[in-house]
Amino acid sequence: MHTVPWLTILLVIPVAGAILVALLPKRASTLAKQVTLVLTLVELVLAVLATIAYEPDKPGFQFAQRYDWIKQFGVSYSVGADGISIVLILLASVLMPVVVLASWHEAEEGKRGVGAFFSLLLALQAGMVGVFAATDVFLFYVFFEAMLIPMYFLIGSYGAPKEQTQRSYAAVKFLLYSLFGGLLMLAAVIGLYVVSVHQLGHGTFDFAALRQMHIDEDTQKWLFLGFFIAFAIKAPLFPFHTWLPDAGAQSPTGGAVLLVGVLDKVGTFGLLRYCIPLFPDAADYFAPLVLALAVIGIFYGALLAIGQRDMKRLVSYTSLAHFGFIALGCFAFTSQAGTGAVLYMVNHGLSTGLLFLVVGFLVARRGSRDVDAYGGMAKVTPVLAGVFLIAGLSSLALPGLNSFVSEFLVLVGTFTEYKALAIVATCGIVLAAIYVLHLYKRTMTGPVVHEENKLVADLSLREKLVVAPVVALIVALGVYPKPLIDIIRPTVTATFTDVGHHDPAPSVPVAGVTTTGGHS
Amino acid sequence: MSAAPVVLAASSATTVAPIQTPHVEYSSISPLLIVLGLAFAGILVEAFAASEARRRIQPVLAFAGFAAAFIAVVLLHSRRATLVSGALAIDGPTLFLEGTILLFGLFAVLLVAERRLDSSGGAIVASASVTPGAAGSTAMQTSKEVQTEAYPLLAFSVSGMLMFVASNNLLVMFVALEILSLPLYLLAGLARRRRLLSQEAAMKYFLLGAFSSAFFLYGLAMIYGYAGTVRLGAIADAAGSASANDTYLYLGMGLLAVGFFFKIGAAPFHSWTPDVYQGSPTPVTAFMAAATKVAAFGGLLRVFYVAFGGLRWDWRPVIWGVAILTMAIGAVLALTQRDIKRMLAYSAIAHAGFLLVGLAAANTDGLSGSMFYLVTYGFTTIAAFAVVSLVRTGDGEASDLSQWQGLGRTSPWLAGIFAFLLLALAGIPLTSGFTGKFAVFQSAIEGDATPLVVIALVCSAIAAFFYVRVIVLMFFSDPPADGPVVVTRPSLTYATVGVGALVTLLLGVAPQPLLDLASHAAASGFVR
Repeated sequence: MHTVPWLTILLVIPVAGAILVALLPKRASTLAKQVTLVLTLVELVLAVLATIAYEPDKPGFQFAQRYDWIKQFGVSYSVGADGISIVLILLASVLMPVVVLASWHEAEEGKRGVGAFFSLLLALQAGMVGVFAATDVFLFYVFFEAMLIPMYFLIGSYGAPKEQTQRSYAAVKFLLYSLFGGLLMLAAVIGLYVVSVHQLGHGTFDFAALRQMHIDEDTQKWLFLGFFIAFAIKAPLFPFHTWLPDAGAQSPTGGAVLLVGVLDKVGTFGLLRYCIPLFPDAADYFAPLVLALAVIGIFYGALLAIGQRDMKRLVSYTSLAHFGFIALGCFAFTSQAGTGAVLYMVNHGLSTGLLFLVVGFLVARRGSRDVDAYGGMAKVTPVLAGVFLIAGLSSLALPGLNSFVSEFLVLVGTFTEYKALAIVATCGIVLAAIYVLHLYKRTMTGPVVHEENKLVADLSLREKLVVAPVVALIVALGVYPKPLIDIIRPTVTATFTDVGHHDPAPSVPVAGVTTTGGHS
Repeated sequence: MSAAPVVLAASSATTVAPIQTPHVEYSSISPLLIVLGLAFAGILVEAFAASEARRRIQPVLAFAGFAAAFIAVVLLHSRRATLVSGALAIDGPTLFLEGTILLFGLFAVLLVAERRLDSSGGAIVASASVTPGAAGSTAMQTSKEVQTEAYPLLAFSVSGMLMFVASNNLLVMFVALEILSLPLYLLAGLARRRRLLSQEAAMKYFLLGAFSSAFFLYGLAMIYGYAGTVRLGAIADAAGSASANDTYLYLGMGLLAVGFFFKIGAAPFHSWTPDVYQGSPTPVTAFMAAATKVAAFGGLLRVFYVAFGGLRWDWRPVIWGVAILTMAIGAVLALTQRDIKRMLAYSAIAHAGFLLVGLAAANTDGLSGSMFYLVTYGFTTIAAFAVVSLVRTGDGEASDLSQWQGLGRTSPWLAGIFAFLLLALAGIPLTSGFTGKFAVFQSAIEGDATPLVVIALVCSAIAAFFYVRVIVLMFFSDPPADGPVVVTRPSLTYATVGVGALVTLLLGVAPQPLLDLASHAAASGFVR
């Protein structure tokens, strides 16, 4: 059977779209938006079709393609999907049209091009698909770094309108943090290549080939650190997170959704895809450290979120706590926790994405990110408040909503290996309830404090269209997460089994957990 | 020139009584001969053509000459031999570097020939001999006259560079060093605007350059004292055999290295670079940054691989030290610059450091990686300086960084291309800068220089900061009311910028052909 090159198609559409939209004449801004929206919808349909075509129980990469690119270095254009990458590509494709629609009037009043904004969004999408689809470490690195540039311009050129200095500060901080991590990773990538020259006789960046190598433990530790720091900055994990609140606060709404919803997943994705399978011994060695950082991140992020007055910063800090859970799941080395972590990446993309969207709508109405500028908004904008509440409840992992399933899987999976850590991390959920409900209370409930807030309009039809699919997914995945879990679990299990981690008590708890998620 | 007596002394020592005339393989040195012929033809044009005619003939002549020499290099691509009784060598690295120098020469001609930069035209002064501040010196700025001697000077300099990378003999190398340097000292003083700065640059470059030549010559003498020969291959043989007094060898090697480090702008011999880059006419700066670096590195590579190849355990630590110092100084001091040309100068210093990482690798991959890097860096930097020459205020280039504010708003295309070039200099993937860095760093890790590579990557991260800062200025700030004007339709400069940016992109996306060429050239190694 001739296979459809799904991934290449998914990659080419946004690249071509970005060029096309950039070349549209300046006056045709509506056309640029329409073209972008259509392209992202096409991309979404194709991503869904690809996910349907994906066969979860087949081992190895699917839809794989491989062409030589730079022979001299053994670099190839090779793409392929496993259960983890296909759901993340799907997540990116779901969020893209939402973001485009949410950003419909973005950049309009500014002096900068509308077309350029949407072109950058498409370029970013190409980077996101590429980074998840690459099965060549060099290609992965190229996408990893190239993706920074559109995001950098999105923050710097289209971010918070009245704060030019802070905006470019945030953009530069984002770029430099990521670039620094990326360069350390480059050292490790080259190191990996040199090891492959010694072991395989010819240098290669092919992930499957690199996985076959047996690297001695000292080398593994260094290479692991190179990759790990890059991913820890990207994810971000405590203490590499300080760029996130700035970038999150200064990004345009759509940019923030993509940044926190998808881009940051590259970090946790990288941990699972590269750090653990390529350097299993080093991963074992560093696991306690990573787990400790993860738990610190859960509490640190939550505590700082409670103390924030800037709503976008608040949401950014909640993400730091969530990434703690994801990292915990990745490094607990059980298939439940790993599956939970991947599912968490998707769920976090949806719930935090929605939270950023709603906060963005609110900020766009009043022009202030300060919590104190609001109060009693539920009376004025009931729909907005309702969506806000759903997003918040999803963020605090209320049973019945999507995040609960993933958080529960992570905690149960961690508990089988590290009881104490799991118990401590569970306390983080209480803090999550505090920051979400406290935020909701201060902004939405009570009397309308400020006179000017009484005239604020509720969500428009366009905005309702934006949030509706995300809300629907949040509820659907909370009630019936099985399709995603079925795709994710075989890959995660294979990843851990390959490096010699078998679940302590095999089938019973796994099945139990899955059904718990299903029935809740 | 003090070289003359030394030549006599050397030849009387190496050759026996009746002096034999060497056999000259004219076809194999044809690129050199063509460029030298071009230089002399240029002088004749200066002497006999009217000023109006000179301005039209010289660029065409120079362009055609460099192009012809480039074709000659291409035709010679498979030649491997020593020429003129072993004085010159023709081999893979030589031909690769000669081709590169000639290409950069072609772009330099285009930039020098640009006449539409402002009302008067061109970056080259009308009359270099009028002192700044003297009567008529302001009229000079708008005069239609141009000092067309720039073209033959350029040709002489290129001929010196071609000879420098081909020299198989330290004495020939010294002569070539002088031939390439002296015209550059003059060219540095030919800027049309800011004459005082330009003359200061020329003076500094000359004085420090003369110093470095003296170091080189002194090192040469030491080596001669040690080995009894100036031929690179014979020096290697002498160094390989356990002989009595190594002191002369190490002294000579160190002094030669100082000469090279000066030319490539490596720390601690870099201090001339920012002043000279800032004061020189921008086309000349572009040429110096690209071509001089290629030539000097070519000579450095040949001497260290051929003559001192057996001593690599002795010189590698020194190269490590110099590379670290150079990268750190270039990256850190660039952070503090307010002038775009000075910033690019410090960037050039940092890049010299990255290139030295390739030398520290001391293997064939390092050689091909360095050569590849030289090409990528040269094209990017020429295009970057060409963009600098386009952004102008009423009195010349808007070189102060604050004047670049908001350029992304007023001329998005030019600012976009410049941002792309800066990202390439920073080494972002999908640009040639990344492939070049990758080639060099990969060879260095293979050559057991991993700590050096990590330091280099940290320096890249620091360097990225100041490139990014310019992008921030251009795109994220509002343009000032009396901002600079971008010159309209300077076709020659546009062509240079376009080709430079295109090559930067192509070598980032599809570097395979050039990588093949470089590794093919390096694989056959240096002939001795």
